[in-house]
Amino acid sequence: MNEIPLSYSLGLSAILFGIGVAGVIVRRNAIVLFMCVELMLNAVNLAFVALSPYAGVEGQVFVFFVIAVAAAEAAVGLAIMIAVFRHRESVDMKNFSLLRW
Amino acid sequence: MLLLQEAAHGAAAAAGEGAGFHPVLPWLIVALPLLGFVLNGLLSVMAARRALPKLPPVGDPYYDHAQDDHGHAVGHAPALAPAHAAVGAGEPSEQEALDHGTDAHPVDAAAARHEAHVHDRDVHVTGANAVHAHDVHDAHAHDAAHDHGHDDHAPAGPKPFTHTLPSLIAPGVLIASFVLAVLNFLAMKSAGEGARLAIVEGWSWIPVGSLQVDAALQLDPLSIVMTLIITGVGSLIHIFSIGYMKEDPGYPRYMAYLNLFVFFMLILVLGSSYPMMFVGWEGVGLCSYLLIGFWFREKANADAGKKAFIVNRIGDFGFLVAMMLLFWNVGTLDFAGVNEALTGGGSSLVFAGPVITAIALFFFLGAAGKSAQIPLYIWLPDAMAGPTPVSALIHAATMVTAGVYLVVRSSVIYTMAPAASLVVALVGALTAIFAASIGLKQWDIKKVLAYSTVSQLGFMFAAVGMGAYAAGVFHLMTHAFFKACLFLGSGAVIHAMHHALHTAHNPADAQDMRNMGGLRKYLPITFITMGVSTLAIAGVPPFAGFFSKDEIIGAAWLGAQGTSHLSEASLFGIHGSTWMAAIGVILSIAAFMTAFYMGRMMLYTFFGDNRTGERERGHLHEGGWTLTLPLIVLGLLAVFGGFLNVEEHVPIVQLFNFGQGEALHHWLHPVLAGSDDVVAQNVGRLEEPHHALWPIALAIAIGLGGLALAVAMLGKRRLGTADAQPAYDGGVEKALYNKWYVDEFYDRTVVKPVGGLSRLFARFDMGVLDWVVDLFGRLAQMFGLAFGRLQTGQVNTYAFVLIVGVLIVLGSFVAL
Repeated sequence: MNEIPLSYSLGLSAILFGIGVAGVIVRRNAIVLFMCVELMLNAVNLAFVALSPYAGVEGQVFVFFVIAVAAAEAAVGLAIMIAVFRHRESVDMKNFSLLRW
Repeated sequence: MLLLQEAAHGAAAAAGEGAGFHPVLPWLIVALPLLGFVLNGLLSVMAARRALPKLPPVGDPYYDHAQDDHGHAVGHAPALAPAHAAVGAGEPSEQEALDHGTDAHPVDAAAARHEAHVHDRDVHVTGANAVHAHDVHDAHAHDAAHDHGHDDHAPAGPKPFTHTLPSLIAPGVLIASFVLAVLNFLAMKSAGEGARLAIVEGWSWIPVGSLQVDAALQLDPLSIVMTLIITGVGSLIHIFSIGYMKEDPGYPRYMAYLNLFVFFMLILVLGSSYPMMFVGWEGVGLCSYLLIGFWFREKANADAGKKAFIVNRIGDFGFLVAMMLLFWNVGTLDFAGVNEALTGGGSSLVFAGPVITAIALFFFLGAAGKSAQIPLYIWLPDAMAGPTPVSALIHAATMVTAGVYLVVRSSVIYTMAPAASLVVALVGALTAIFAASIGLKQWDIKKVLAYSTVSQLGFMFAAVGMGAYAAGVFHLMTHAFFKACLFLGSGAVIHAMHHALHTAHNPADAQDMRNMGGLRKYLPITFITMGVSTLAIAGVPPFAGFFSKDEIIGAAWLGAQGTSHLSEASLFGIHGSTWMAAIGVILSIAAFMTAFYMGRMMLYTFFGDNRTGERERGHLHEGGWTLTLPLIVLGLLAVFGGFLNVEEHVPIVQLFNFGQGEALHHWLHPVLAGSDDVVAQNVGRLEEPHHALWPIALAIAIGLGGLALAVAMLGKRRLGTADAQPAYDGGVEKALYNKWYVDEFYDRTVVKPVGGLSRLFARFDMGVLDWVVDLFGRLAQMFGLAFGRLQTGQVNTYAFVLIVGVLIVLGSFVAL
């Protein structure tokens, strides 16, 4: 049985993470932004899992925590988005500059 | 637990088991007045809460001058009385004293305000030459109006418990305290002379390295004498206060302050170390401030309180410096430890050395502040702005004698510093004659007594300065009796005068002797008690003041003969015995003046024609038993108090000697033994003084002569009332009436320069310091405005910057 080489897994993880980062920087749509954040989290998950045969099984425990936190974050984030949408009729990040000053 | 143990000790002492001296519940003596303060304070707070108006008053009720005056104003507009009573509703409260009248009846209130202002202007016009004196008159007249307003016009409904309970609590705790003090005195007396010292350990108060100060009480012959005076005279004055103050809206507050004062005074005399004493010292200063400014809505009263407090700060600075010097050089601050170190040679301090002289002089600066000696006496006459029982208790009988107590307590220090002792004696003698000269020409009955107190304190300092410590304590005690009696008597006079003037709607000053005259027919008990006290203070035998004052002046004559340890000392190059002779002459003149101004006061107050006016005369009468009983007891003490310490060796005086002569002298011997040791070690054996008879004859002649001169000069004089009779005839009289312009002098040389300097500093503070501080603020603001542009509020931008930052950090790791 052929094992998937570690470099493949880590490479995929890096690419996914890069896509997520790029998305967060470039995209304006808040929903897409969230998906990009999720993408980064899951890229990290993938790296954890891929490394577990070498670094021990603890990494996989982290994965569960990350998933749980990501779920919570998504729930809160989407709730915020809905609240913001009710005010602004938009989920475009360009319109949200409440943090300014 | 502590108390129980103490009780066990006390029981043992009572059963006569122990050979030594076991104090009886000593902490309770101190704790009872504190308990009284707490209870009365709570009642005061409750009274204040009850008095809160239903609706908040519009504007600041404390600001409008006229509202304070409405007591008088009501007097001018009788139509107001029913409405006034309805609003008052029989509940004497400070808030209502302010509110009613003005709130409910704007029209009448406007009239009242008009009246009040007219009255004010009158006072200020007459007071143009003597702002201080008249301000205080004015103040009292207004303040007393508060209580009498209720007295005469409010319905006689039942008083709330907040105004009845203090009458029981405040004198009750004092009497209990006095009983305990007597028990302790008896326990101490039954112990042998060597066993009359008990140090009651409390807890470790300041344990800092080599500075170990315990909260402990020291019961010895000196502190028990002071405690008996404070609790005994204090009890009588508390009883007097019931009659004098019960109608005042602030009655519970007054009683709370009075109890607190007694607590601190007892800490002052019973503390076993200088820091303990300092706690009491500051505490009585606080209570003095609170009680002088008791009627604080008059600015003059509040100012008098501030003046007392600030002048006392100068003295307290001296006390602190002396205490630190003492600790630095001796290593302990306990009285017992200091005495031991100084008499046993356990310290680096040498006899008549500069350091011990500095310590003694700094302590004297403290004493001069508290006990109103030159140059810090100026606060005491102004302190008469307080209620009269306060003047009797704090500013005559107890607190102002704290400085004398300090010097006696530090007798070893002063004996080791002869030059400082001579300074003390000289300042005392100069204060005695200076204050007595001002007392010659005052019209306010309380001012006469105030300057008399300053003068008598000068006598005490002259005594303790000359090393006659027992004589100083003796005069302190007799002075507490007769001066408290005189002050309470003046309180009774003012009370009666005010009642009469107020009932007749006469706005005249109730404290000005020009408005009195012939009162002996109307106030017989007050007249008799004040009369014997006058004879006592004038030094007529066999009344109390004769023996104590004669002993002080006698000490000066003996010192002049060269039989005092100070005779060989020198100050400013002049021999000690020369100084003592000078002090003897000064004190004799001061004693003559004392007899004269007291005779003048009695003549103008109680003799001659009555000047109050026809309608007022009918309302002049003696107060209730709470006013007369303390007067009678103190009058008896003023008559017989002198026999406690009759000199042994003078045959003519032995006629008055009932028991053992010089009882107080022997009683205080254990406390003063240390200073005798110092004299024996450093000066050698003093020759036995030769007691002559002429000083006694001179003292009698001075006392009787002063009174006789007053009668001869002033007895036939017909005075007009304050409106008609000018305050002075010009020349020296004008200078005397204006108190030698000392207040004006201090104003120009101290107050104004300090004020100018303060304004200069204020300009520096606001112009330079504040500018620098503001500069930093403005800089931060500018940076904020500049860099705030970087904030876009766009999440993407922040994420981008974040990632750039992460990349830089990671890159730097890789590069390294």
